[in-house]
Amino acid sequence: MKTAKLSTIWNKFLPLLALVGLIVVVTILNPSFMDPANIMNLLRQISINGLIAFGMTFVILTGGIDLSVGSILALTSALSAGMMVAGIDPILAIIIGTILGAVFGALNGVLIAKGKLAPFIVTLATMTIFRGLTLVYTGGKPITGLGDSYAFQLFGKGYFLGIPVPAVTMILAFIVLWFMLHKMAFGRKTYALGGNEKAALISGIKVDRVKVLIYSISGMMAGLAGMILTSRLNSAQPTAGQAYEMDAIAAVVIGGTSLAGGKGRIAGTFIGVLIIGILNNAMNLLGISSFYQQVVKGVVILIAVLIDRKRS
Amino acid sequence: MRILMENIHKAFGANKVLEGVDFELEPGEIHALMGENGAGKSTLMNILTGLFHQDQGKITIDGKETVFSDSKQAEEAGLAFIRQELNIWPQMTVLENLFIGKEKRNALGVLKEKEMKTLAEGVFKRLNISIPLNKEAGTCSVGEQQMIEIAKALMLDAEVIIMDEPTAALTDREIRLLFQIMKELTATGVSLVYISHRMEEIFEICDRITVMRDGVSVATSFIKDTSFDEIVKQMVGRELEDRYPERNPKYGETVMEVNGLTREGVFEDIHFSIKEGEILGISGLMGAGRTEIMRALFGIDPYDRGEIIMNGNPISIKNPSSAAKQGLAFITEDRKDEGLVLDFSIRENIALTNLESFAPNGVVKAKDEKQFVKMMVERLKVKMESQETKAGNLSGGNQQKVVIAKWVGTSPKVLIMDEPTRGIDVGAKREIYNLMNELTERGLAIIMVSSDLPEVLGMSDRILVIHEGKISGELVREEATQEKIMTFATGGN
Repeated sequence: MKTAKLSTIWNKFLPLLALVGLIVVVTILNPSFMDPANIMNLLRQISINGLIAFGMTFVILTGGIDLSVGSILALTSALSAGMMVAGIDPILAIIIGTILGAVFGALNGVLIAKGKLAPFIVTLATMTIFRGLTLVYTGGKPITGLGDSYAFQLFGKGYFLGIPVPAVTMILAFIVLWFMLHKMAFGRKTYALGGNEKAALISGIKVDRVKVLIYSISGMMAGLAGMILTSRLNSAQPTAGQAYEMDAIAAVVIGGTSLAGGKGRIAGTFIGVLIIGILNNAMNLLGISSFYQQVVKGVVILIAVLIDRKRS
Repeated sequence: MRILMENIHKAFGANKVLEGVDFELEPGEIHALMGENGAGKSTLMNILTGLFHQDQGKITIDGKETVFSDSKQAEEAGLAFIRQELNIWPQMTVLENLFIGKEKRNALGVLKEKEMKTLAEGVFKRLNISIPLNKEAGTCSVGEQQMIEIAKALMLDAEVIIMDEPTAALTDREIRLLFQIMKELTATGVSLVYISHRMEEIFEICDRITVMRDGVSVATSFIKDTSFDEIVKQMVGRELEDRYPERNPKYGETVMEVNGLTREGVFEDIHFSIKEGEILGISGLMGAGRTEIMRALFGIDPYDRGEIIMNGNPISIKNPSSAAKQGLAFITEDRKDEGLVLDFSIRENIALTNLESFAPNGVVKAKDEKQFVKMMVERLKVKMESQETKAGNLSGGNQQKVVIAKWVGTSPKVLIMDEPTRGIDVGAKREIYNLMNELTERGLAIIMVSSDLPEVLGMSDRILVIHEGKISGELVREEATQEKIMTFATGGN
């Protein structure tokens, strides 16, 4: 019993230990990593992947997957940029863009829950559809001329108490989603669904509704990330967000959440996001080619999954 | 093949399943193995065929002490075990099923269809059966599927075939055919172990019988030297009344009424009513549609037409969530796959059906939850280290108590229990029976589906028998006997 408990604690903190180890190694190799300016830069860099990965955590906890997040990011970015060009208040456009993300996500959820289709297939299809719609809407060209609203600029580039606003947004989203997952009935249902969907259904849980909500959250986080990107680039790019789903899935997996569903924590995902972000940031600092960076990222994912397999 | 099993002991953790069993099998005989559910028959046969290893005792085959390291080795030695749950791949053809995992192929790995076909035809001829080899196995009747299993065993040159309840789902005609085949097999020197609850069949077809009770072998006798009464005495060992608590039901109002409930091709025109405080037993053979009716009542499966009335009001049940809101609760026959989230703690499992009550605005009140779970586990006497123990780490009996706690906690009006004591030990069974009594005394109505006839007789106030999706008989407690139930269950009058 004692050893069992010890091993659960070990498992719980393994990603955290890896993160601390990584920070120590990177700091030794290049002390400027710890410069406040670099840390703030890092936080801003990870905020988009963070938001998407938090939403993805819910999806993966149910045993599903959401490949469409990158395309939702691009489509919401294009639509809200279009609104701004048309003269709609930028803050309103940001809010509508985020809500549209949730709507696109809900569409995934309805197809998966009511259509009884595999999440992989549904989101593979909608990934293509949303990307296509983005290209249609933008005509394949960036949308620029979004005006110079201070609040809008602040959303992607500003600082709040010295912290980049995107990072603040990410941390707020984390707190809200953490609370939902661990303190609310909704979170319990999410885990139940991933642990045993049949038992959840027979326990009187409205499985379909929970699924739709979960994919809506994933879409909404992608939409929110899209708004940050739009502000940072001060434009909407038709090819934005390509392959972002991969980094998000990687962060969730590195954070110890099982792709089979039912097991994992959103705090682990946060650590996974930090690990990926620090790897990228540090390799840039160390002047390692971005080609090698991809190799390293892939190896880290493999190690994380191997450790996960050993644990279970 | 001559088999001798002596003084076999086997325990799973603290649960002693076999405590000294002797069993022997002569070439060419049909040997019945009889005993109540949980007596240890299947465990004994699983030990013989290498799936489990005995803790104590020895197995001698043709004079040599034998230990099979796994079931594959036993199979190669000529022992075949045809389980109650048939090993059929429904989407594959009969021929593919016959050779699954043992396909004949040439050096390049290409299948030798012709050779397999010839072999299969030979065996089918020997068995005198005619199922088209290219038929999809899932479309075969249960009887035909059983024949496929027997053919599979013969193709392995099995000298010993163990059959676990082979006739449970067969029609009379199919049973006759099976018996004929069994006789022919023994004539060629094959010996058969026949596990069954059906006394008439055993007396008709078997040469010897070994009776087991609570993990020991009570006696082995020649069929011609024994009688029904003697076997029953050996099997029960104590009177039936002892195993079930006394029931003194007090009925209240009718809580639920079902009229003309039909799902095309599955069940038809099901009608019954149940009163507060009543236990309604649902009996019938495997595959008769009992579970399907209950699943429809609880909104898991759909139904085509019919009316469900609760407390005088017609209700519509769309899904389990709406069924639960109407005061229904459902304890599934498959607690591992449908009743529990095995990775969840006891607390999380029990709370799952009651989340709304301690999360009124969506936020779970942890204190209320803990207190509620504490009350429920005490009431059900769940043996555990703490509320945080994972459900997957509990014994079968305790898992079942957690499933019951889940639903009793919702304060239902009608509790559906599908096989409430399947696969749990005698002590836990008794506790569950006591709980059923306690719940009905408080006015709960219980619908109990069970394949365990003594349980149906011991606990039900009234019994409905289902045959091929229809109600074939209704019996009140006083007039019910195993024979009457079996007659209705097999479609007789």
